[in-house]
Amino acid sequence: MATIRIPPVLRAQTGGQTEVEAAGANVGEVLRALTAAHPDTESQLFGADGDLNRYVNVYLNDEDVRVLDGLETAVSDGDTVVILPAMAGG
Amino acid sequence: MLRDELLNRPCGGRFGDIVESIGNTPLVELPRLAPKSGVRIYAKLEGRNPTGSVKDRIAKSMIESAEAEGLIEPGQTILEPTSGNTGISLAMICRRKGYPLKVVMPENVTEERTQLLEMYGAEIVFTEGAKGSNGAVEVALEMAEDPRYYMPYQYGNEANPRAHYEGTAVEILEELDEVAAFVGGLGTGGTLMGNGRRLKEHDPETLVVAAEPTQGEMVHGLRSLEDGFIPPIIDLSLIDRKIMVSNRDAIVWTRKLLDEEGVFAGVSSGAIARIAVRIGEELEGGNVVFLVPDDGWKYLSSGVYTKPIDDIENLDSTVWW
Repeated sequence: MATIRIPPVLRAQTGGQTEVEAAGANVGEVLRALTAAHPDTESQLFGADGDLNRYVNVYLNDEDVRVLDGLETAVSDGDTVVILPAMAGG
Repeated sequence: MLRDELLNRPCGGRFGDIVESIGNTPLVELPRLAPKSGVRIYAKLEGRNPTGSVKDRIAKSMIESAEAEGLIEPGQTILEPTSGNTGISLAMICRRKGYPLKVVMPENVTEERTQLLEMYGAEIVFTEGAKGSNGAVEVALEMAEDPRYYMPYQYGNEANPRAHYEGTAVEILEELDEVAAFVGGLGTGGTLMGNGRRLKEHDPETLVVAAEPTQGEMVHGLRSLEDGFIPPIIDLSLIDRKIMVSNRDAIVWTRKLLDEEGVFAGVSSGAIARIAVRIGEELEGGNVVFLVPDDGWKYLSSGVYTKPIDDIENLDSTVWW
């Protein structure tokens, strides 16, 4: 099982839960387990094409999965998947 | 002979005015942070720019590009969203060149940023702190519809990465023949895009690594994930690794830079240094260069250099980047 950290903006869709346990061999499967358990999260996380919403960053532990293998990035037992809105600086 | 050398180094050159003196910053080896033999860590000290941050480079580039294209002339009001540093750089340059400046900035920045902006004569429009820099971008984009303003827009202006492509990266390559990895902070993406492109042209094997802050609980003001913002100038295909660092780790490493290497740097520098050392641990050997975006002066009031970490107020609700 992996632990998914839910950002404040998504907690209304997870009944206030800040962390959700989910199973899956890769990031895509883990996130799909989340949307299955909490269907209102789906439109926030995924676009109509099934890809991650452009403005969502997903990290496996502390690395952005977009520059790893995207939704195919392998997840091990005990990993943490972090969902965050992309933020600017400067 | 000695006199000739002194005209350029270590004095840093001779310039016609303060704006011309932007750039040409020192590249300093940090031997105590090297994680293993064969790996050398270098810091590009951008705090040595006139207003104390890397943003002097991009502010100069954006204003001078707009001038060259005939988009602005003295008297034109400039508008820009910023978390502070770009605003401060623009404020100095705009005052030198005769442009009134209005900056849009989140309210939860350190007091020094506000004072520096006022010192250089900028007008400040504060935005809701809980939305971070994204909130400032949103408000500035609405204001920019007013034709009285010219907005350089650092998030979408190619003159931002170009300042690094034609400046910072060239300076690095003047000093080092090979760069195994370049580590920079991710804010607008300008540092990573400009340096990354030039360094990869020199050696396609150079790793380009982004360090970014963990926003965590701070962004509670965003309404949904769709309020996330990706600067248009970012091309993720240029980035090999993108790693987030907590504010706590950033401060631990900012102190490490100070205590072990005598480098007095801002909080994002600590986060970037932490990732530079981690990448160095993973490499067989080679030079790891990281960019120190600013010096520490404008964070003194927060106590990050002197207080125990647990006593620092607003650790996760201050915009540090």
